[in-house]
Amino acid sequence: MRGRLEPSALSGVLVREVVNFSSFWKSTTFSSTVQPTIYLVAFGFGFGSLVSTVDGYDYVQFVATGTVATGVLFASVFPAMFGTFVKYQFQRTYDAILAAPVDTEELVTAETLWIASRAGAYGTVPILVGIVFGLDPTWGMLTIPFIGFLAGFGWGACGIMIAAIVKSIDGFSYVSAAVLTPLFLVAGTFFPLTQLPQWAQVLGKFNPLYHCVQLVRDASFGWQGWADVGHVAVLVAFALLMWRLAIVLLQRRLID
Amino acid sequence: MVKRYGAITAVDGFDLDVPEGTCVGLLGPNGAGKTTTMKMLTAQAIADEGELEVLGHKLPDDSKAARAECGVVPQLDNLDVTLTTEQNLLVFAHLYRIARHERRAAIEWALALANLRDRRDTRVDKLSGGMRRRLLIARALVHRPRLILLDEPTVGLDPQVRQELWALIDNLRSEGTSILMSTHYIEEAQRLADTVTIMSHGKAVAVGPPAQLVAEHAGREALEVYGPPARLTEIEATARASGARTRRTGTSVSILGGDGHGLDGERRPANLEDVFVLLTGEEIE
Repeated sequence: MRGRLEPSALSGVLVREVVNFSSFWKSTTFSSTVQPTIYLVAFGFGFGSLVSTVDGYDYVQFVATGTVATGVLFASVFPAMFGTFVKYQFQRTYDAILAAPVDTEELVTAETLWIASRAGAYGTVPILVGIVFGLDPTWGMLTIPFIGFLAGFGWGACGIMIAAIVKSIDGFSYVSAAVLTPLFLVAGTFFPLTQLPQWAQVLGKFNPLYHCVQLVRDASFGWQGWADVGHVAVLVAFALLMWRLAIVLLQRRLID
Repeated sequence: MVKRYGAITAVDGFDLDVPEGTCVGLLGPNGAGKTTTMKMLTAQAIADEGELEVLGHKLPDDSKAARAECGVVPQLDNLDVTLTTEQNLLVFAHLYRIARHERRAAIEWALALANLRDRRDTRVDKLSGGMRRRLLIARALVHRPRLILLDEPTVGLDPQVRQELWALIDNLRSEGTSILMSTHYIEEAQRLADTVTIMSHGKAVAVGPPAQLVAEHAGREALEVYGPPARLTEIEATARASGARTRRTGTSVSILGGDGHGLDGERRPANLEDVFVLLTGEEIE
């Protein structure tokens, strides 16, 4: 990778996203709000009547914070995958952007920043919905948008990377079924990892979403010192790795 | 420059020079390497061999500086269709780093140039094909580039729209903008280009002003002889035996050079199409 990240190149790509967002924010906001609400209501009433506490939390606390992480995942990896693929394959938007004074590195960085911001914003919705359903607000919850941004950066870049690898849009079906669904469930979102066999618990620790869930829980109900530093470190490492891989792979796809 | 894709050499030792303030036409059949050449100029394809310099910037290292001073009109429409005309221009005013206080004026200028002021608030998916093409050109010009790269600017458009775009392009050239235009429409190259480079299989097969190329390769006049296919084959054989060059023009055979060799037909001035077919071959690949 040569060059550096020029603010004017990043802002150019971001302006395009923001202006485009103005034409479809309603549908995105609708789905990002309704989806976690359904999860909360379904799991909250469904399991909430069977179990009162999980891992020392009220079930509504457990599910509301777990849903934050899934909200971040859905608001980042899926828009990144489909958006990137559509923009280079169908709309040829990236051809136009790379003909302007913008390099692939700047393009990927700006797109990821934008997705991370959206994920940070939409990730807070389940907490707000949870508060409506009886969750007690805490000061620590104010850090949730930042946790969502950090995790969303990693997942957004991951989605761009996947889009750069797949041969056709059908390839996403394999990725969502075989990779994203297990990651989304084996993360302590709706049930704790401790209920799973040993090997799944170990694997779960490698799941960035698990660290996002733990961080959101600790932010909401009490920080856990070094454990949380560890969670942040994993999310930062994941974000950096995915960001660089997304750049290399998309560059290979876009530049002959 | 040379560009290979696996075993295929798309651009094969091709030289190109666009003198400042002129319009150069890149003429060639599909697959001749025109689009690859265009992509190399914006560093969206990296040459395997050779040196490229655009507006004094060496490629690919300084390509960003070069791209800032170029405007690109792609062959495939890649406008943001859910945005309005004006929003599309606004986005590119940002991408091409027009200073904040000049942005408004630049957008107005581009809207006027493309004759789209009445359509500023229309979503792109509601525009006609001709309007979209004009917007695509306006978008490439919003930052007043010194060099414009036009890749098949009028492909698939009605004759009326095409003529309107030719007027627009001619106007830009008369204002001193340098233009590199790839096309496979002969008439487009003949009307707009100061010099034409005919490209075939990744190589330049002829370079010069259109009139000079016609005089050099096709002579002054052509004799066009009509007849049924069997008769045309005979005529071809007769003409070729006496040393003339021929080409099929669908329903007729055009005989180039010489005085017609005693055949009856319509005389017409030789044109760039004759040169094109003579140099790039009659067979469609």
